[in-house]
Amino acid sequence: MTIFQYEFMQHAFLAGLVIAILSGALGYFVVLRNLSFASHALGHISFAGATAALLLGISPLCGQLVLTLFSAFLMGILGDRLLKNDMSIGIVLAFALGLGSLFLSLNQGYAGQATSILFGNLLGVSSSTLAWMTVLTLLSVLILAILSRPLLFASVEPELALARGVPLTFLSVIFLCLMAVGVTLASQAVGVLLIFTLLIGPAAIALQWTRQFWSGISLSILLTVLLVFISLFLTYYTNWPLSFWVSALVLLLYFGKSFRACS
Amino acid sequence: MDLIEANKLAVQLDHKTILHSFSFSIAEGEFVGVLGPNGAGKSTLLKLILGLLQPSMGTLSVLGATPHRGHAQIGYLPQHRLVSSGFNLTGYQLLASSLRAHRYGLPLLSSEDKTKIESVLHAVGAQAIARQSFLNLSGGERQRLLLAQALLGDPKILLLDEPLNNLDPHYQEVLIDLVAQVAKQKKITVLFTAHDVNALLPVMDRVLYIVKGVAKLGLVQEVITSDHLSSLYGTPIEVLNYKGRVFVLGQHRGLGDFHHHCHE
Repeated sequence: MTIFQYEFMQHAFLAGLVIAILSGALGYFVVLRNLSFASHALGHISFAGATAALLLGISPLCGQLVLTLFSAFLMGILGDRLLKNDMSIGIVLAFALGLGSLFLSLNQGYAGQATSILFGNLLGVSSSTLAWMTVLTLLSVLILAILSRPLLFASVEPELALARGVPLTFLSVIFLCLMAVGVTLASQAVGVLLIFTLLIGPAAIALQWTRQFWSGISLSILLTVLLVFISLFLTYYTNWPLSFWVSALVLLLYFGKSFRACS
Repeated sequence: MDLIEANKLAVQLDHKTILHSFSFSIAEGEFVGVLGPNGAGKSTLLKLILGLLQPSMGTLSVLGATPHRGHAQIGYLPQHRLVSSGFNLTGYQLLASSLRAHRYGLPLLSSEDKTKIESVLHAVGAQAIARQSFLNLSGGERQRLLLAQALLGDPKILLLDEPLNNLDPHYQEVLIDLVAQVAKQKKITVLFTAHDVNALLPVMDRVLYIVKGVAKLGLVQEVITSDHLSSLYGTPIEVLNYKGRVFVLGQHRGLGDFHHHCHE
């Protein structure tokens, strides 16, 4: 196949693979913990981080990572008062986007950069960025694996977990930081505006279709990888953006089952 | 042997007195019904025993030590359960995820874990429903599985916070009989909070009644009397015994959930 002759496509598939593995694994817990809106907000916060980085002349990925990690830490410390309050999250989210537009205008940056931050661009991933993504994914998956037993319990039955002596706040802070890494990486593929489609979509579908942890998280990872790969193929042959294909496929999958149930 | 002992126990939450100098002791294998209006402090008492709250005065000893979070020999069934998307998992998975949950690592099950789960499922007769989505089960079936979960650590003490909520009368009886039967078999001490004294009458050894920060533990015929409840509430209250059931009648509205005591 000619598609794999190009280095940029090889990079895109490899980057897509690591991003999808992390998104699929994290996403399963994000949905379990009802944190989808918080992850959406982290996406918008990462926009401010990326545009600030452009202004400072450093890599957007780095700016995104720093700002989302910082915000995730704050969210974890503030706890459910913030996390389960749609209004506060919404206001922070909007401000982050506003801040991003300020940084963009101060930078007098060109629209191309803004578009690739907002909607992602996997077709221009450099070797060093790919290496960074791989390292971040390996590290995050390792931490997630170590936390997974208490995290699963704390996510499903927090009241009971608290009584059993599971450190809820600690787990929440660490998980949100992992989520910050996941959001930053996912935004490279689908952009900060479409985090939902990669981090939440496949995981929500996997949770609908399965009844056990292991089958659920495996399906979530598998679906995310497949989604990204199929979308990359479609992007290559149609020249339509990757973020469009991913979001369209998630929509089809998510509602496909409901439509069949209706008919 | 006394498993729970309190000496002049007092609790304040947000400058409000929830419990006021309460001394009591509960023996091994006792079934205690914890009654009282909403917000009287029934859950607070359970949280003290769990070590989730600290007494502001007095002492509390549970299984011979100061209460601390995560005691392996206390089984707990919390009252408020947020409906999370995790409830789409099976009951079996819920039980599995609570095993050794404070340890880090992957949630893998050893064969010993599986034996433990099967044994508690068997104890409550929930094998048939354990493989279905928890979300699709009825209230009674869910409570049965959550009871199994509370039994997982082979507890000496079982704390059940309003397990009858949202259950129809038939399921209430089924659940109460189940708890009593398991507790008797395994010599477990039970603290069971509820609104309606009648449902618990056939199984409970003693009743713990909390009103406005004042608590009393004793036999039903000692505690649920016109005189005693009138003095607890500070308003005339009549207790009628009829055909083995107890009816608590207040003269005024606003007695919390007193109407629950006199249904039928």
